[in-house]
Amino acid sequence: MTAEIFRIGFLPLVDAALPILAHELGFAEREGIRVELVRDMTWATVRDRLLYGHTDAAHMIAPLAIATTLGRDRPPVPLGVPFVLGLNGNAVTFSSALAAEVGLSDGLGDPADTGAALRAVAGARKAAGKPLRFGVVHRYSSHNYMLRYWLAGVGIRPDEDVEIVVTSPPFAADALAAGEVDGICVGEPWNSIAVDRGVGHIALATAQIWRRGVEKVLAMRETILDERREAVEAFVRALHAAAAHFVEPGSAEASADILARPEYLDAPRDAVLRAITDRIRVAPGGTPLHYPDFMFQYREAANFPWRSQAAWLYSQMVRWDYMAFDAAQAAAAGHVFRPDVYRRALAGSTAPLPGASSKLEGGLDEPIGAGSTQGRLTLGSDRFFDGRAFDPDDIEAYLAESP
Amino acid sequence: MRIAIIDTSTTRAAIISDGLREAGLDDLVLIDPAGALARQIEAAQPEVVLINLENPSRDLLEDYFAMSRALARPIAMFVDQSDAEATGAAIDAGVSAYVVDGLSKQRIKPVIDLAVRRFQAFSRLQRELDEAKNALAERAVIDKAKAILMKRRQVDEPAAYALLRGQAMRTNRRIAEIAEAIVTSEALLGDME
Repeated sequence: MTAEIFRIGFLPLVDAALPILAHELGFAEREGIRVELVRDMTWATVRDRLLYGHTDAAHMIAPLAIATTLGRDRPPVPLGVPFVLGLNGNAVTFSSALAAEVGLSDGLGDPADTGAALRAVAGARKAAGKPLRFGVVHRYSSHNYMLRYWLAGVGIRPDEDVEIVVTSPPFAADALAAGEVDGICVGEPWNSIAVDRGVGHIALATAQIWRRGVEKVLAMRETILDERREAVEAFVRALHAAAAHFVEPGSAEASADILARPEYLDAPRDAVLRAITDRIRVAPGGTPLHYPDFMFQYREAANFPWRSQAAWLYSQMVRWDYMAFDAAQAAAAGHVFRPDVYRRALAGSTAPLPGASSKLEGGLDEPIGAGSTQGRLTLGSDRFFDGRAFDPDDIEAYLAESP
Repeated sequence: MRIAIIDTSTTRAAIISDGLREAGLDDLVLIDPAGALARQIEAAQPEVVLINLENPSRDLLEDYFAMSRALARPIAMFVDQSDAEATGAAIDAGVSAYVVDGLSKQRIKPVIDLAVRRFQAFSRLQRELDEAKNALAERAVIDKAKAILMKRRQVDEPAAYALLRGQAMRTNRRIAEIAEAIVTSEALLGDME
């Protein structure tokens, strides 16, 4: 059998781990797939290579897959997501000056308390004509939406009380150091690198804003998803196997060795290792603390593309692009996530398969057994920091009640 | 029609602007890649922006365009679906183009076509340069290997070269590879006798 080639675009981030490991550790080969990884520095280029056939699939920020499908800023091209590459794994990092002003502690603070202190500083800075400025990795990123959700939830109006600009992850630490931004919301290892360089102080992990927030996805053109379905399913199995390996005790060191290499993240191994073992050095010189919710790459069926996650992202797109809710667009956004493909790929394996394709997001306080058609599935608390829950069937009401 | 060029390679930026000027498009603004991007674009008020695909500022640039949608003439990557082919060709060549809304396709197309040809020419030049550099490096290694063989085998230069070539033909490898192996082993084993 000749191997089917999948060219995968990615950005140098810790959560590009699964396609990289599927390639390096032979999980893809075992499924008859040959992976070729294409590294880029901007999401715009990752997206363009995907749309114009330089790549077959991409490691992508989930909201960008939805924005591309809906044709925000450009003619629409339908994308499909058969697999979620991970939940959370990002952080909000303040410049040393802002950290001191807000009075950050040496631990991960409480989002409401930190937010209240930030609100006072933001108000003073706005009154002084020099509003706080935050960098996020892309307009259509979970980072942008998580940061805005938190700010709005503590009474800081994004776009009015503070400025939010785009800063590419590899340059985020430089932007903090140069004073171009007062805070960043980016993925790892770039927060840790800012801390290690002594220019930043981690204020929050994004998991503290939404404990089970969808992060990067495997996105591809819908035509590829349809025309190469068998190969796509084989690749989903390979990624799932890589995910199981990634969280195995004792695998982290070897994974960090691979990810840190120049052709992948080209980043310090220790910062990569800390991220994948959920250990966060909050302040320069501090001892890393263990925050087990930091990133989810496998457990709790983290890779399952819940349509309700896509719906939440759409709700935030409506909110922050200041556009009207549209039922057809909401349906199209939900359809980007393809639980049907995920199920077919993993049917007959030991992977737990949820019975539903959509759920109430942010409704769980305690781990709970969830309905599954295969295997046993337990879902952990998925709370938003403000305790609100998101019903994907009533986006309009949710938006009406959003601050 | 004002065209802004943003390129991490100043050489390539020069090659493109020369080409545009030759074609009579001389309202050009070269954006300093080290400076503040948004401010420069805002000051330049271009109708077309050309940027190399691998430029690390593309996300920032697109965000700026999205934010400036409120302005009179918003800039987008391409105006309608029928431009997809031209955009695809540009992406293949390694350049992406943004144009203001309402600019006619007849005016845009020559600019994009020219940028594509110039990008391709630049890639070709770079490839040739790389090949020339490699060839020089290979020549140096082969010379070194010949010197080693002449000393160890007590043969003259043509004989040393014949040894290299014969081994390359027998093992189906390039002469430069054989030469490299000899130089490496000499470095490791040269003092053992």
